Amino acid sequence: MAQREFRIQRGSGDDAHLETYTTDVGEGMVVLDAVHQIQAESAPDLACRWNCKAGKCGSCSAEVNGMPKLMCMTRLEDLPEDQPVTIEPIRAFPLMRDLVTDVSWNFRVKEKIKPFAPRKPDNEDGSWNMQQDDVERVQEFRKCIECFLCQDVCHVLRDHHLHDEFYGPRFYVYSAALEMHPLDTENRLEQLKDDGNIGYCNITKCCTKVCPEHITITDNAIIPLKERIVDEYYDPITKLFKMFKPKK
Amino acid sequence: MSDYQTHEYDVIVIGAGGAGLRAAIEASAAGVRVGLICKSLLGKAHTVMAEGGMAASLANVDNRDNWQVHFADTMRGGQYLNNWRMAELHAQEAPDRVRELEAWGAVFDRTKQGRILQRNFGGHAYPRLAHVGDRTGLEMIRTLQDHGIHQGINVHMEVTVIELLKDGDRVCGAFAYEREHGRFHVFKAGAIVMATGGIGRAFKITSNSWEYTGDGHALAYHAGAELMDMEFIQFHPTGMVWPPSVKGILVTEGVRGEGGILTNSEGKRFMFEEIPPLYQGSCAEDPEEGWRYVTGDKEARRPPELLTRDHVARKIVKEVKAGRGSPHGGVFLNIAWISEKLGAKSEEHIKKKLPSMYHQFKELAGVDITKQPMEVGPTTHYVMGGIRVDGDSQMSTVPGLFAAGECAAGLHGANRLGGNSLSDLVVFGKRAGEYAAKWAKDNPAGSINNDQVEAVAKWALAPFDRGESGENPFKIQSDLQNMMQDKVGIVREDKELGEAVEGLGEFWKRAEKAGSDVNRDYNPGWHTAMDLKNLLTVSEASARSAHIRTESRGAHTRLDFPDKSDEQAKVNTIIRKAPDGSMQVEQVNRAAIREDLQKIIDENK
Repeated sequence: MAQREFRIQRGSGDDAHLETYTTDVGEGMVVLDAVHQIQAESAPDLACRWNCKAGKCGSCSAEVNGMPKLMCMTRLEDLPEDQPVTIEPIRAFPLMRDLVTDVSWNFRVKEKIKPFAPRKPDNEDGSWNMQQDDVERVQEFRKCIECFLCQDVCHVLRDHHLHDEFYGPRFYVYSAALEMHPLDTENRLEQLKDDGNIGYCNITKCCTKVCPEHITITDNAIIPLKERIVDEYYDPITKLFKMFKPKK
Repeated sequence: MSDYQTHEYDVIVIGAGGAGLRAAIEASAAGVRVGLICKSLLGKAHTVMAEGGMAASLANVDNRDNWQVHFADTMRGGQYLNNWRMAELHAQEAPDRVRELEAWGAVFDRTKQGRILQRNFGGHAYPRLAHVGDRTGLEMIRTLQDHGIHQGINVHMEVTVIELLKDGDRVCGAFAYEREHGRFHVFKAGAIVMATGGIGRAFKITSNSWEYTGDGHALAYHAGAELMDMEFIQFHPTGMVWPPSVKGILVTEGVRGEGGILTNSEGKRFMFEEIPPLYQGSCAEDPEEGWRYVTGDKEARRPPELLTRDHVARKIVKEVKAGRGSPHGGVFLNIAWISEKLGAKSEEHIKKKLPSMYHQFKELAGVDITKQPMEVGPTTHYVMGGIRVDGDSQMSTVPGLFAAGECAAGLHGANRLGGNSLSDLVVFGKRAGEYAAKWAKDNPAGSINNDQVEAVAKWALAPFDRGESGENPFKIQSDLQNMMQDKVGIVREDKELGEAVEGLGEFWKRAEKAGSDVNRDYNPGWHTAMDLKNLLTVSEASARSAHIRTESRGAHTRLDFPDKSDEQAKVNTIIRKAPDGSMQVEQVNRAAIREDLQKIIDENK
């Protein structure tokens, strides 16, 4: 069996540093397998998050050779063999320890967004009728596994640290799923504009590139939301129209 | 005295998958203070991995369906060992729970008429599974999570409960540690709902995540609750077998529901060779009829690939043992063949219906399932056994302690039908939450016993006393998984089960010597050392229960007792902790089924 070298970030705070480990690797192994093996062999206190090991839960987000990835879906065979594999925690959130970061900010942002509010049911049994074509757009957004890799690469969060003013791609996708839900009656545009400052997004599409669920975050979620906000608040013709519309 | 933070609630729910979230929502709606405690981040629980769908007789696709047929299917699938009251409530209430999810924002796939679409699954007479592609579990957990965060529930993430606290006979709280700094927490509670899921990590090959260490089963057992039917562990017939590092990852039954076929190395569809007696006459005559069934012909009968999971898993093992397996020790599961029927559009069809399977095989195995067959074999998937509960209220044999979802026993009997798990979570999660809130309101709060708290705190820190000189907990865990896989796996016999029970005695001793070093900050070695107690408890319960059931029924297969026994059809296996701390196992007679329910079973035979 071949051996490979891994450089894994250990420690917390100012003490965070890369440490080198060597372990056996076999066919089909993913980065998370190597981390587990190192944990079992030589570093039982090596902290990392994981749950499903099948790309469905979005827990094992990390930066592998500098790229934001799910460790469970990154095969060692796909990484250059002539250099060590570097594994670091995602950077847009405070480090807890080793590969684990404090992502609690994300949960607080979600709570701020106005919840789903359906229209009255269409049928007596409390159900609704919707066509498949009409739900597909929302189903794309609902594939999100909340791995927060999109948040990790977003410049507004990663480089400018505007966590207090900005929701990040994950929560624009979440908002889009609500706004475009065929049954929803709520309006979140003002919230997205003033509290979420969706305008800060300058559409570099980094989030879309790293999404392991292949959600077209920018084109399908963020841009349409921006357009709706423009239509609602900045379109001169609409504004004119509104001026003459009788007040309710 | 040890240092800990105290929290006070009327109801605490342990576990935040489908059952736990639904229980917390219901308890909160009853106006009590609710704390939800989960080992991982919110929304990462095992429910997220459920793929195929959620069974409910909505009758949107086939109007012959109703709760009675669903009830009869569930009982037959469980080989009639099910708690019939739970099977009845489940079949009756599942449709409302599905519609409720839609009202909370879930977006299921649709029929042409715009209703919730339903798909075929093993053991269900009609297309019954509401689904979203092959990521139904994600849809369920996200819907409950996004609804739940607005219901005034306090969520404690990355917190692990290691003991239930008692006041006399009843429970009054829980002792836990947080992962981040390893600090201790005491949760005072009027009532407790266990919703901790399964025990799959006791086995080497499993579709389950690290969390599935049987916490709820073990915590309840050590608090005096009875466990039931722990010998019934479902080995899902189709897990990945190659490459080695992904061995055990689930391949949804939805593949077969969409027309996937199982073949051996000779290219033969071996499932046609043997139809079990309970399903004689309800199976397709030939591949043509099977294809008509999966494409919605109401006159056609199901293909044998859609028989129950216990049977399909056994047949696969038989093929492999007979030397007709695939190169890596499984058999072939082929969905690509449907191009013969659908032509060029089959590729798009497969990607649309089974998107995560497509990606899973593409990314982890380099296999394109629209063109090539998959290699699959059985994987430990689900435990039918669990905490013994009252069918209506979900209360265990310990006052104030409730259980719902996989950690509760009863609904599924000797074998669970695919799709009945997601519906189980919400039907009984709701009930557990409702009755737990009621119990907490009706009974005065208990008081925490400090001696118990001190003792568990001391136990929790013991691995650090042993430090580096203690045994590596990962090594103990992995040895245990190998032993359980070998001796309490899919096919069992007296000698091996006896060896397992004996071998577990040694593992208990090793677990007491497990060591951890460095410190308490997010330390997986320490967490694993503590998990061993739960893993060993459920392993012992399963081994002892399997040993005592001298017949083959449902998911429990005995080489030395290959047939069903009429005598043992009348009993459930009960596990309880004796006053001296040893584990007792006993077979107890089942309550006679209500006549009207027996009639429904007879009418649907």
